[in-house]
Amino acid sequence: MEILLAIMTGILYAAGIYLILRRSLVKLIIGIVILGNGVNLLIFLMGGLVKGRPPLIPEDGNALEGIYADPVPQALILTAIVISFGLQSFAIVLIKRAYKVLKTDDIDTMNKTDDIT
Amino acid sequence: MKSLILKTVSKTLLPLLILFSVFVLLRGHYLPGGGFVGGLIAAVAFILHAFANGLPETKKLLRIHPGFLIPIGLTIAILSALAPIILTGDPLMTGLWQEQDVPVLGKIGSALFFDMGVYFVVVGVCLTIIFTISESV
Amino acid sequence: MSEHLVIYPIIVHMLTAILLLFFWMNPKIQRYISILGSAVGIIIGILLFKEVWTDGIQSVQLGNWQAPFGITMIADTLAVSLIVLTNIVAFALSIASTKNMVSTRVKFGYHAIFHFLIMGLSGAFITGDLFSLYVWFEVIIISSFVLLTIGGRKIQIEGAVKYFTLNMISSIIFLTGIAMVYGATGSLNMAELSRIIPEMENQGLVQTISLVFFIGFGVKSGVFPLYFWLPASYHTPPSVVSALFAGLLTKVGIYAMLRVFTLIFPLGEMNQMILMVIAGLTMFFGGIGALVQKDILRVFSYLIICHIGFMVGGLSLFTEVALVGAVMYMFHDIIVKATLFMMGGVMYRIFGTTKMENMGGLMDNYPKLSLLFAIPLFALVGIPPLSGFWPKISLFSASYTAGEIAMLVMFIFASLITLIIVAKIWNKAFSKNENRIERRASFKYFKDFSFSEKAAYIVPIVLLVGVTLYYSFFAEHFQLVAERIGYELMNTEEYYNAVFGIKEVTKL
Repeated sequence: MEILLAIMTGILYAAGIYLILRRSLVKLIIGIVILGNGVNLLIFLMGGLVKGRPPLIPEDGNALEGIYADPVPQALILTAIVISFGLQSFAIVLIKRAYKVLKTDDIDTMNKTDDIT
Repeated sequence: MKSLILKTVSKTLLPLLILFSVFVLLRGHYLPGGGFVGGLIAAVAFILHAFANGLPETKKLLRIHPGFLIPIGLTIAILSALAPIILTGDPLMTGLWQEQDVPVLGKIGSALFFDMGVYFVVVGVCLTIIFTISESV
Repeated sequence: MSEHLVIYPIIVHMLTAILLLFFWMNPKIQRYISILGSAVGIIIGILLFKEVWTDGIQSVQLGNWQAPFGITMIADTLAVSLIVLTNIVAFALSIASTKNMVSTRVKFGYHAIFHFLIMGLSGAFITGDLFSLYVWFEVIIISSFVLLTIGGRKIQIEGAVKYFTLNMISSIIFLTGIAMVYGATGSLNMAELSRIIPEMENQGLVQTISLVFFIGFGVKSGVFPLYFWLPASYHTPPSVVSALFAGLLTKVGIYAMLRVFTLIFPLGEMNQMILMVIAGLTMFFGGIGALVQKDILRVFSYLIICHIGFMVGGLSLFTEVALVGAVMYMFHDIIVKATLFMMGGVMYRIFGTTKMENMGGLMDNYPKLSLLFAIPLFALVGIPPLSGFWPKISLFSASYTAGEIAMLVMFIFASLITLIIVAKIWNKAFSKNENRIERRASFKYFKDFSFSEKAAYIVPIVLLVGVTLYYSFFAEHFQLVAERIGYELMNTEEYYNAVFGIKEVTKL
C-alpha cells in the first residue's frame, strides 16, 4: 500500500510539474492544483500508514488505547486543503480576469512586465 | 438552468440542508464534523438554491451580503479565542468548559463558539466567492 | 494578561482588520482605524521588545497544550525587533494609504487586507512551529495576491500571474519539505527539531531536506535563479503596496532562512558552499539587472535582489559576526527599501512617468524633496555614517576572517554597483535638465495636489527617513541588538529552554 501511494505521489508530482511547464495558463493552474494534491498525499504518507482506530479517547478512558492513526498529518492535510481551496478559487478568478484583460491564454506572450523600455 | 423539479426540490432541501449543517456543526463537538464542514454544507444549500432560482432570489433570501458574515464569524471566533486570556488568564485558545452538561449538546465550551465562528466565516467566504464568480460571467 | 504579550502583535492587527471589515463601505473611517491600529501595533511591539530585552526569550503555549504537542508562540530578540520594524513600516504606510489609495480600491477591502498581511508577518516572526510558519506564509501570500491585483490594471494582472504562480510553487515546495521533516523526525516543533536533527543517523538526508526548504524560502526572498517573479511584479501595484512588499515580504523569506538554517538545520559545509555561491550570483545578477533597467521602479526591484545577496551571504558565512551583519543589513534594508518605493511613487506623481529618461530637474524644482530623497539613496550605497555602512563592516570583516575572499569581493562588487546605480539615478532624475514628456490630461500631478495629499505622500517618507537617520547616528543601539540576536541564533539553548519552560539557573 505504501509503495502504491509513493508511486502515486510521484505521478502527481510529475504530472503537476509537466503541466506547469506548458504554455497554457489553464494548464498551469491545473498543474499547481495537482501538485498541491501530491503534497497532501505525501504528508499523509509521511505520517505512516497504520490500520488503527481514530485517535479519539473513549468516554470512560483517559488515554489513547491500542493502535491509533496519527492525527497530526490529518490535521496538516486538512489545513493545507482549506488553504489551497482559497488559493485555487483565487487562481480561477485571476486567470479568468487575465484572459479577459490580456486576451490570451499563452504564457509566452505575457512579457509586458519584463520589457526594458 | 431553471427546471421546475429542481426549483421545487430546492425549496424543501434548503431548510433541510441548513438543519443538517447545524447538526454537523454541533456533532463536531465530540465526533467528526465541525464548523468547516457544516459551513460548506450550508453554503452548498444556498448555492443549490441559487442554481434553481437564480442569484437574485437567493440574495433576497439572504438579506445581508454574504461578505458581511466574514467579520461576524471572525469576531465570534476571536472572542472565543481571547476568552481564556480575559476570564482565567490562560493562554490564547485554551478550552474553557462549562461544569454541567447541557441536554443534547453536552458540555458547552469556548471551542463550540470558535467552531460557530468558523461556520460563519466559511459560509461567508464560499458564498462571496461563488456569487462573485457567477455574477461576472 | 500581560504575560500573553507575545501574541498581542497578531491580535492587534487581527482586531483592526475585523473592525475594518465591518466598515467595509466607509473608506473615510477605515483610514483612521488603520492608522490607529498600526500605532497600537508599534506600542505593543515596543513593549514586547522591552520585555524580551530585559527578561529573555518569551513564549506562550497556545491552548495551554505543552510543547511539543501544541503550537508554541515564541518571541526572541530577532522576532521582536522585526515586529517593531514591521509595525513602524506599517504605520508609515497606513498614513500613506490615506490619500495614495483611490476609494474604489478601499472598497475592495484594501485596508483590511493590509492589516491581515501585517498580522501574517507578525505571526510568521513569532511562531515556533514549522507548519504554523507555513500557515502564516499562506496568510501573507493570500493577502499579497489581493493587494497586488486590487485595481485590476492590465499590467497588474500580468504581474500577478507571475507572482501568484511562483509563490504557489514555493509554498508547495515548502510544504514538501515539511512533509519530509515530519516523516523523518515525527515532530514539527522547531525547538524539538533542533535537538532531534543533529542526532539523526542519516545526515545526508537532513542536508537534502534542508535544501528543499532553501528552495522554498529562496523563491520567496528572491535569490538568484528563482527571482524572476520579483522584478516582473513589484513595479505594477500602487507605490504603497510595492513599498510594503519591498520592505517586508522578501525579508520574511530571509527571516525564515535565518531561523531554519541556524536552529533546525545548522549549515553544513556543502550547504554553506551552495548558499555562498547563490549569494554571490544573486548580488551579481541583481546588480547587473538593475544597471540595464530604465524604469526607476524596476531598478529598485533589481536592487532588492542585489541586496538580498548580502543577507544570504551573511548567513552562508555562518559565524556570529556574519549573522550580526546579516541581521543588521536586514534592519537597514526593511526601512530603506520601503522608503525607496514610496519615493518612486512621489517621483511618478511629479513626472507622470517612471521612466528615468523623462525625469530630471528634481534638484532645481524641489530642492527640499531632493535632500530628503538623497538620504535613503545614499544610505542604500552605504556612505558613512548612513545606515547601509554599519552592517557592511560586520559583513566585510566576517568574510575576511573566514578567509572567503570571493565572498568579500562580491560584497564589494555589489556595493560598488549600487553606487553606480545610485549615481545614475541621481544623474538622470535629480541633476539633469528636465526632459519632460507631454502632460497627461487626466493625471493628477504632484504640484496640483492639495496640502493634505502632499502630506500623505511626504510624511511617511519623512518618518522612515527619520528611522534611517536614527539608525545611522545611533548605530551602536542596533549593533547591540544585532549582537544579541547573533548570539541567540548561534546558541539555541535559551530558545529551547523558553519553548519547553525550563527555567535557567544562571542568567546569560
